[in-house]
Amino acid sequence: MADFNFELVSPERLLVSETVSEVVLPATDGEMTVMANHAPTMTTIRPGIVTVKAAGKTTRYVVFGGFADILPSGCTLLAESAVPVEEFDRTMIERRIEEARSHLANGDHADEHKTRLEQFLSELTHLNGVLVAA
Amino acid sequence: MPSLKDLKNRIASVKATQKITKAMKMVAAAKLRRAQEAAEAARPYSQRMSAVLANIAQAVGTDDSAPRLMTGTGQDKTHLLVVCTAERGLCGGFNSQIARFARDHVRKLQGQGKTVKIICVGKKGYDILRRDFNALIIDRVDLRDVKKIGFVNADEIGKRIIGLFDKGEFDVCTLFYSEFKSVISQVPTALQLIPAAAPTAEASAESAAAIYDYEPDAGEILNDLIPRNISVQIFRALLENVAGEMGAKMSAMDNATRNAGEMINKLTLSYNRQRQAQITKELIEIISGAEAL
Repeated sequence: MADFNFELVSPERLLVSETVSEVVLPATDGEMTVMANHAPTMTTIRPGIVTVKAAGKTTRYVVFGGFADILPSGCTLLAESAVPVEEFDRTMIERRIEEARSHLANGDHADEHKTRLEQFLSELTHLNGVLVAA
Repeated sequence: MPSLKDLKNRIASVKATQKITKAMKMVAAAKLRRAQEAAEAARPYSQRMSAVLANIAQAVGTDDSAPRLMTGTGQDKTHLLVVCTAERGLCGGFNSQIARFARDHVRKLQGQGKTVKIICVGKKGYDILRRDFNALIIDRVDLRDVKKIGFVNADEIGKRIIGLFDKGEFDVCTLFYSEFKSVISQVPTALQLIPAAAPTAEASAESAAAIYDYEPDAGEILNDLIPRNISVQIFRALLENVAGEMGAKMSAMDNATRNAGEMINKLTLSYNRQRQAQITKELIEIISGAEAL
């Protein structure tokens, strides 16, 4: 199988930069598997799990929003925050959920903004459920 | 003429000060290294971000679908200045440099009859600007308790700014910080955040040539991207500031240590001279006493 270059970058640091065979991204419009020679695509990412497959080895990362820049030769994922699943601390996500909730409850938001917040909250809650099960 | 005992005390106290400045210099050096590493580590993200932004901006063009954060309000009346300085002093002219730069800018804008609002990030800048523009400061951000500046801190400031923009509190937003050139040179810089200046970064040849699929669509992505880019710019500015502060502190403390050394030398010299004079005086007294007998 053809390999391609994958980079996972968070504002704090460059997390991953390696040659991989397959990456599964939690894109906004649904999960998306990227392999070599993918059509150029730009997509936003929702909170979820990124699965990276390289040489038969699978690594998983938890990401919170961001976007991905996909080219035939490589894929760059700019995540707002990313951590390997093993290092993931559940209090982190609970804090975020709490924040999102209070944010939603406090201000009077425009409808569009509110829908987006609600969506974000449900995505977080869903992710929390997935992680607890894992 | 101070007595021998006074001189001794002064030498001791200058020595103690020298020890403190020396320790501070070493702490600053260690922190500088960490700050530089952090700034280095953050670079790939902001680079790719501007590449992606350039790419999308090209695709969307300047039609009406471009978000307001990018096109601005179409006015140029109210300016918001975000002034980032350090939380602590003892770093030479670092804080006053940024504050002076911002102050000149405020005066210039006021001269043109514009309204100016200020947000201070960092205590020192607030202390300096408060003297002149207390009425203009609408908000301040305190990062004193933050040990290591993370993206969340920058994101919070960014959201606050965007919130103000959505309420129509200002038309143009400029970020003031100090660019880290080297340990001895930090340059105060102004960076326009809103309306986002057209990204100058060249998209790589491959991505420029590619016809992208946008998911959900380019405008939507841009809407998501620009606030994020603002946070990233602030984050970068904060990191540069920390590195600059530590660099300035290091050279300031180095100077202080050297000055203390010079002072100790001088004081020791006059101490020794006086001691010698006293011994001579005592000898003369003894000899002349013996001669008188």
